[in-house]
Formats: sequence, structure tokens, C-alpha cells
Amino acid sequence: MRNVQFREALREAMSEEMRRDENVFLMGEEVAEYNGAYKVSQGMLDEFGPKRVIDTPIAELGFAGIAVGASMNGLRPIVEFMTWNFAILAADQIINSAAKMLQMSGGQYSCPIVFRGGNGTAGQLAATHSQSFEAFYAHVPGLKVITPSNPYDAKGLLKAAIRDNDPVVFLESEKMYGDKGDIPEGEYIIPIGVADVKRKGKDVTIVSFGKIMKVAFEAAELLAKEGIELEIIDLRTIRPIDYACVVESVKKTNRCVVLEESWPLASISSEISYHLQRYAFDYLDAPVMRVTQTDTPFAFSPTLIDEALPNVERLIKAVKQTLYRN
Amino acid sequence: MAVKTANKPTKNTKKASASQSSKFTKDTYVKWYKDMLLIRKFEEKTGQLYIQQKFGGFCHLYIGQEAIVAGTASACKEGDKHMTAYRDHAHPIALGTDPRVLMAELYGRSTGCSKGKGGSMHFFDKSKGFMGGHGIVGAQIAMGAGVAFAEKYAGTDNVAFVSMGDGAVRQGALHETFNMAMNWKLPVIFIIENNNYAMGTSVERTTNVTDLSKIGLSYDMPSRAVNGMSPEAVHEAIAEAAERARKGDGPTLLDIRTYRYKGHSMSDPQKYRSKDEVAEWMEQDPIEHCLRVIK
Ligand SMILES: Cc1ncc(C[n+]2csc(CCOP(=O)(O)OP(=O)(O)O)c2C)c(N)n1
Ligand SMILES: [Mg+2]
Repeated sequence: MRNVQFREALREAMSEEMRRDENVFLMGEEVAEYNGAYKVSQGMLDEFGPKRVIDTPIAELGFAGIAVGASMNGLRPIVEFMTWNFAILAADQIINSAAKMLQMSGGQYSCPIVFRGGNGTAGQLAATHSQSFEAFYAHVPGLKVITPSNPYDAKGLLKAAIRDNDPVVFLESEKMYGDKGDIPEGEYIIPIGVADVKRKGKDVTIVSFGKIMKVAFEAAELLAKEGIELEIIDLRTIRPIDYACVVESVKKTNRCVVLEESWPLASISSEISYHLQRYAFDYLDAPVMRVTQTDTPFAFSPTLIDEALPNVERLIKAVKQTLYRN
Repeated sequence: MAVKTANKPTKNTKKASASQSSKFTKDTYVKWYKDMLLIRKFEEKTGQLYIQQKFGGFCHLYIGQEAIVAGTASACKEGDKHMTAYRDHAHPIALGTDPRVLMAELYGRSTGCSKGKGGSMHFFDKSKGFMGGHGIVGAQIAMGAGVAFAEKYAGTDNVAFVSMGDGAVRQGALHETFNMAMNWKLPVIFIIENNNYAMGTSVERTTNVTDLSKIGLSYDMPSRAVNGMSPEAVHEAIAEAAERARKGDGPTLLDIRTYRYKGHSMSDPQKYRSKDEVAEWMEQDPIEHCLRVIK
């Protein structure tokens, strides 16, 4: 095992896949000479040269479209968006082009492409720079959506994403790039679409993904002292969702709280809640609860941010509600 | 009401063609004639069947613009790639796709070129290098440059031809793409199928720079206007641009001036233009022109 940063895990995944397959290349703003806005691609220009590690102008729609066309014509691009907020300008190419191509061409043209970059809140960056895109992209058939929560998952899943023949939306976090975690020496791949039970417990199931999971781990420690054992599921892949894993857990705990960094309406938590009432109805001993960001554009002031984001206190409260305790 | 249009037809006189025809063999004229006539007949039939409600969806005919795909097809080579917007019936025909699989696609059949999943606007034929058929105005501009990117990456001498309407050039993606395509010297040829109208809106109503061949100039992109009613002129322009691209000298913009005789789609009352204007362009019909030269 080696202890590496999240950004290093991502870099290892990209570099290993680029060594393995000539057709894989990386493009994006500041990825080459600047070594990446968040230093994810540090050193990659030196190893792979400017043909395969490509600095683009600030033109998200244009370079996303070029990458989509390249993917239709034999290449496997990795497109780094400085953050996913800016990829809204490229949404046309992600949603209207990449996601549709395989189906619309009757199977003749696929788009093996990974769109990746920082996602979600990252401190006092205010409304335009703090959005999470799981629910946006998970809505779209033809895409796969991945949100890793630690370096081990990040590396294994990014390698799977690069090898996948469908367009993959890979959501990272500026706040996690420095997180450290253990990864094995040898090569490994984590399959897309498989959730991971990150903590075993018998009382309440927590379903979550991405960096907000840290709130769940903290809450679990505190609740354990009161004799409440949380089972924590990391979805890891948001599309396709591993519903079976969630349902299995709830059949055991009979209670569930979904913890999500983003807004409540039309969210991943609404989706999970629907699925549980449909497929685990007879097993539920309490309504499914959720803890999400408040339903407002994200603010700048720390006071307002504290108010908006899910936290340990709110999660513990929701857990206790499912147990009819307070 | 009919507006004065920036584009005027260039005369396809027999005299002009006779002198040009020295550059092209009779066989070439016969091929152009056959290709264009097949497209015209396919489109006429398509229009009839649509009116008879044999199939649904949007339906955009290519009638009047045939010289563009005919002149491109004769000037390109195998391995080249082609991409266009939703007015896409003619391109695969010119590249040699069996019209029957295209008709099957219009009918939504699994035997169609896109297995009935694309319809009129989303024809694909990988075997002919025809990469769609794209319904979002302007989306193919960047994708087409990406196709060229892949050819350059793989070290081939193939060229990507990407067609767009005069309306599509108003999308911001064009500028992002032109800039990168020039900066990276991609082997792509941008073809404006300039029929002077985006649905009911003429070029002069959406810009103060009506000469669309100037759009590439701020990127130093080699650019020129081309008579789109003349397969000879199209062929020459495409051949010259393709040679440049194959040598590694990058993109070209061709503002190919043409005209669609029919409405934008099958549901267009055409109140925005006069019958005289349509007639004036039809006098330069490329199929008639080829026939005159052959005879
Ligand atoms: C992004 C987008 N906006 C609007 C439309 C609707 N639309 C379809 S065709 C068209 C006009 C395009 O005209 P032009 O580019 O000149 O092509 P032509 O139809 O003349 O071949 C419009 C506005 C669309 N398909 N995509
Ligand atoms: Mg037009």
C-alpha cells in the first residue's frame, strides 16, 4: 500500500491508461504547461509531450465538441474542466452530442470520452462556483456519472471510466484533491455501477457520495457512542445507481437517511427515496429522510454557508427521527 | 416581405462552362449529373411521401443545393470524413450510400442507416465516412474539427469536411472552433452551405457583415466565396482546400453560395422571399447546367 493524495491517484490513473493506450489523451485549460489548475496533471506534459497533453483556450463548448468529434473518430479523450461550473457552457456537447451518438447513429459511432473536473462547493466561492452536477447529468440516458469519495476509489474508477466506451461524467472536488488515502502498488480497476459499503452497521442506512460523506463518517463515530450503528453506503457511481446495494441494506436496517451535498428538488436523494418506497416498502419502519443543501444559490458568507450545507448535527437529527428518538 | 438579399446567383452560362469544361472530363459531368439527379429525385419523392404522411418528424430537403455535395464528392478521397447538420439526405447519397437505407431511415425502420433511431435529421453511414446528421444548429462545427483532430493525431492524410448553414455560423462555437482549428492546424474544411436563409431569416437581417467568407479572417483562416450552383467551382475550391489540409497547412473556410428551392422544412409557407428571387436562382440550376455541357 502507498499513501497518496487524491490528485495523485487521478494522475496515476490517467498516466497508466495513457501508457497503455496511445489513443488516450488529456486536454483542457492549463493542463499542460501550468501542470493543471489543481495540479492533477502535474508532470504529465513532461512524460507524454504536447501531442497528448494539450492546453486549450478558455472555450469549453469548443474543446468539448472537438473532443466529442475525436472520440467518434477513434480517440479516447480525457477532457478536464477547471470546474464543472464552467462545463455548463459545454453542456450542449455533453448532453446533445456525446450522450446521444451511439443510439442516434444506430450503434455506428460511440463516444469513449471522460469529462472530469472539480465539482460541488469548495469554500467561499459563492453561487456560480459551488454547484454539484450529479443530478443534472444522472438525468441523461447515454451518460455514466461517477463521484468518488477517496483516492482509492478515484483511481480505480477513473481507469474504468477511461476504458469505458460510453461518455463518462467524472465529478471530483477541489476540496478533496489534497486528501490522502491508501492505494495498492499494483494495477486495479473498480467497476462502474457498484456501490461500496464504507461502514457496516445495523441500525440506520446512510446513502451518500462524494466529499459530503465525511459528515456521515463523523456522525457515525458520535452515534456509535450512543449505541446507534450506522451503515454507510457510498454510491460511487450515480448513473447507473447500484439500487440493489441500497435495498439490501435497508432490508436489514429498516431505516434510511440520504445525505447529499446539493439541492433537494429532483435530486439523487429524491431518486433513492422513490426507489426505497417502491422496492423496500414493507421493510421500512420510518419514512426515508434526507439531508441536503438548502434550496438556494450558494452564498459567500461563512455564516450563510454553514447554514446551507449538510452537517453532522443535521444528519444526527435526521437519523434520530428515523429511530423516533430525540 | 421579400428582402433584398446579399447573395446573387452567378451565371452558369454554357459559354462559361464550355471553357471550364476543358478541365473536367465528360465522365465527370456525367457523374455529377447522375449524383445530383438522384438526390433531386430522392428529395422530390421524400417531399411527396411526407405530404402523404408516410412518415413524421422534421424533414429538410436539399433541392437546389446539390452542386455542393456533388462537387465535394468528386474532389474528396476515400478515408475522408464528412459531417453536416439536419439537412443531410444528400451527403450520404453523393458519397455512395444506397438511397434505400436512407428511405428506410425516414420510415423509422430497423433497416435504416441509423436503425430507425435517427430519422431524417440524423443519418449516419460509417462505411462511407459519413458521420451525421446533427440536429443542434452548429454542434457539428466543433465535432467536425474534432474528427480532423483525430486524423491528425493518427497521422493520416484524411480530411474532415464539415458543413453548416448560414444560420449556424452565428453560433459562438464557430469562433471557439475556428480559433483552435487554426492554432492546431487541423485538417478540416468548413463549408458554409449559404442558401441565404436560416428558416425565414435572411443573412442580412442577422449581421452587418453579409460576406460570410470574412468570418474566418480574424483567425487568418484561408477563406473564399464559391459559386454553389456550379459543381466545377465547388470541386476546384474543395480540391484546393483539401490539398492544403493534407499537406498539414490546416483549415479552410468556403462560403459556398447556393439556394434552396423549397421551404426550410416541409412546413414553411415561404412568406419571406419572392417568387422572382426563387426563379432567378433556378435559372442557374446545376443539373440543367451539367446536362447542357454533356449534350
Ligand atoms: C441550437 C439550435 N437552435 C435552433 C434550432 C432550430 N433551427 C433548426 S434549423 C434552423 C435554421 C438554420 O439555418 P441554416 O443554418 O442557415 O441552415 P439551413 O436550414 O439553411 O440549411 C433553426 C433556427 C436548432 N435546431 N438548434
Ligand atoms: Mg441557410
